[in-house]
Amino acid sequence: MSYVITEACVDVMDKTCITECPVDCIYEGPRSMYIHPDECIDCGACEVICPVSAIFGDFELETPAQERSLGRATEVFLQIGSPLGAKRYGPLSADHDEVAVLPHKQG
Amino acid sequence: MTGDVLRVAIVGGGPSGLYLAESLMEQNAVRVHVDVFDRLPTPFGLLRYGVAPDHLKIKSMARVLQRILNDPRLRFFGNVTVGRDLTVPELRERYNVVVYAYGASQDRRLNIEGEDLRGSVAAAELVRWYSSHPDAAAGSQSLTRVRSVVVVGVGNVAIDVARVLLKDPGLLETTDMTPALVAKLRESTVTDVHLLGRRGPVDASFSYKELKELTQLDGLDVRLHPAAPAPTHPSDQPMDRNEQLLRDLAARPVREGARTLHVHFFTKPLQVLGDAEGRVCAVQVEELDSRLLTLDAQLVVRAVGYVGNELLGVPLSEVGVVPNNVGRVTRDEGSLGEYAVGWIGRGATGVLGTNRSDAEALSALIVADAPHLILRPLCGTGVTGLLELRRIPFVTQEGWARIDAREIELGQLQTKARCKIASWTDLVSSSQHVPVPSTVLGKAAEAVKNGGLAS
Repeated sequence: MSYVITEACVDVMDKTCITECPVDCIYEGPRSMYIHPDECIDCGACEVICPVSAIFGDFELETPAQERSLGRATEVFLQIGSPLGAKRYGPLSADHDEVAVLPHKQG
Repeated sequence: MTGDVLRVAIVGGGPSGLYLAESLMEQNAVRVHVDVFDRLPTPFGLLRYGVAPDHLKIKSMARVLQRILNDPRLRFFGNVTVGRDLTVPELRERYNVVVYAYGASQDRRLNIEGEDLRGSVAAAELVRWYSSHPDAAAGSQSLTRVRSVVVVGVGNVAIDVARVLLKDPGLLETTDMTPALVAKLRESTVTDVHLLGRRGPVDASFSYKELKELTQLDGLDVRLHPAAPAPTHPSDQPMDRNEQLLRDLAARPVREGARTLHVHFFTKPLQVLGDAEGRVCAVQVEELDSRLLTLDAQLVVRAVGYVGNELLGVPLSEVGVVPNNVGRVTRDEGSLGEYAVGWIGRGATGVLGTNRSDAEALSALIVADAPHLILRPLCGTGVTGLLELRRIPFVTQEGWARIDAREIELGQLQTKARCKIASWTDLVSSSQHVPVPSTVLGKAAEAVKNGGLAS
């Protein structure tokens, strides 16, 4: 089980979630944040705090697009493994391919 | 100042204390040495003894805290009670900084008649029991005479208590619970758990996730009282999702023979009623519209919050926190270098992650104060010598590693990740070089044999 950041985060990246996460498992990509599915302890603190409601528990994903966000998160970390800490790892060099090609949001 | 080392004592090895240690060790402005004291032989505080045993994923946060504990600039002194084994003035003499991070383990009381009858307990007591806390008297809880439980409170602790009591004990076997404890839950005759909330669903402090988990238990019915609570917010606002979830559940058809969770809103307890032997037998409550109702109960659990304990030499406010201003302890006499963080600083609110951001803020404050703190004259011999002189069998990181290894070993005997060591003496002896008493292993093996691992 894990929490998942969906497309609502893309180009918004409020990042309040980072300060709430007790295990520092929310990693920053160029256009979106990503929760590490193996490092997430399922506490739900990020979900409550997200100002754009981008975060869902994997038990409550509703649309296929939301489901796909979980797959993306898993794939983003395939190469990286489990650094156990976003702060010490630093920003990700790239977004997931599918996020990178999304049209840019206005604002 | 760059050559100087800021000596920091943290009282309490739970998430707040360890997060603070981490923040202090991560910054580069001041060199720090951190000594963490805990009255228990084990670190991790409420992660180990508060987070419910079946929340294994949250418990996995221990690997993050363990990494903090492994830092060579940190020493752990478990099994040391500050205020008794070491006094606060003794710490103040030896450290530039003393941080109180010892949490809030005292239950808030209901202040109603009958509260102290046998069978009326604090949630803290029940949580300590099902967490195998060394302070919980072995066999202190028996559920063989209990059919109906009233839990006063609608926070996450109330939900945890309800879930542990209503869950199929078979599902608890893979947790770190001892087989003896699971056996107690197997003997349980509980069929009904009532949660009482003074106000409405919108004001209930449980989280959606916890509520959802509870209501998804197999074979559990949920009844909402009153069946359709009046809206507690303007009708143009969307219904709170907790409320929506409860209404959906209450609309499910009632099954016969199922265990039942009753959620009562706008209901306040008036009196705990006892039988001729002085045992709890019911709770009288007042519902909406001043209707009186008597709920059958052989166990009453108050889960209406925690307040801080008195620690000798440390001020405690009326609301049960160490009085402080953004973390700096305030008291009449000088308090330069004294700080409070976590529940004992802000009160028993917030989730695990709140403690991390709080600790980061306090770390920044301590670093800002450091030029003054480093000038505080220190004296006295090291605490290790002092503790040895007093024959306090303190538990270091190595000692904790032995306890940890032993618990994992005990778990393997039962094909699970960990089985907790429940007694104070077994914890301390496991931390020492001498082999663990055979009674511990023997008891575990015996419990396995007696069906603790059935199915």
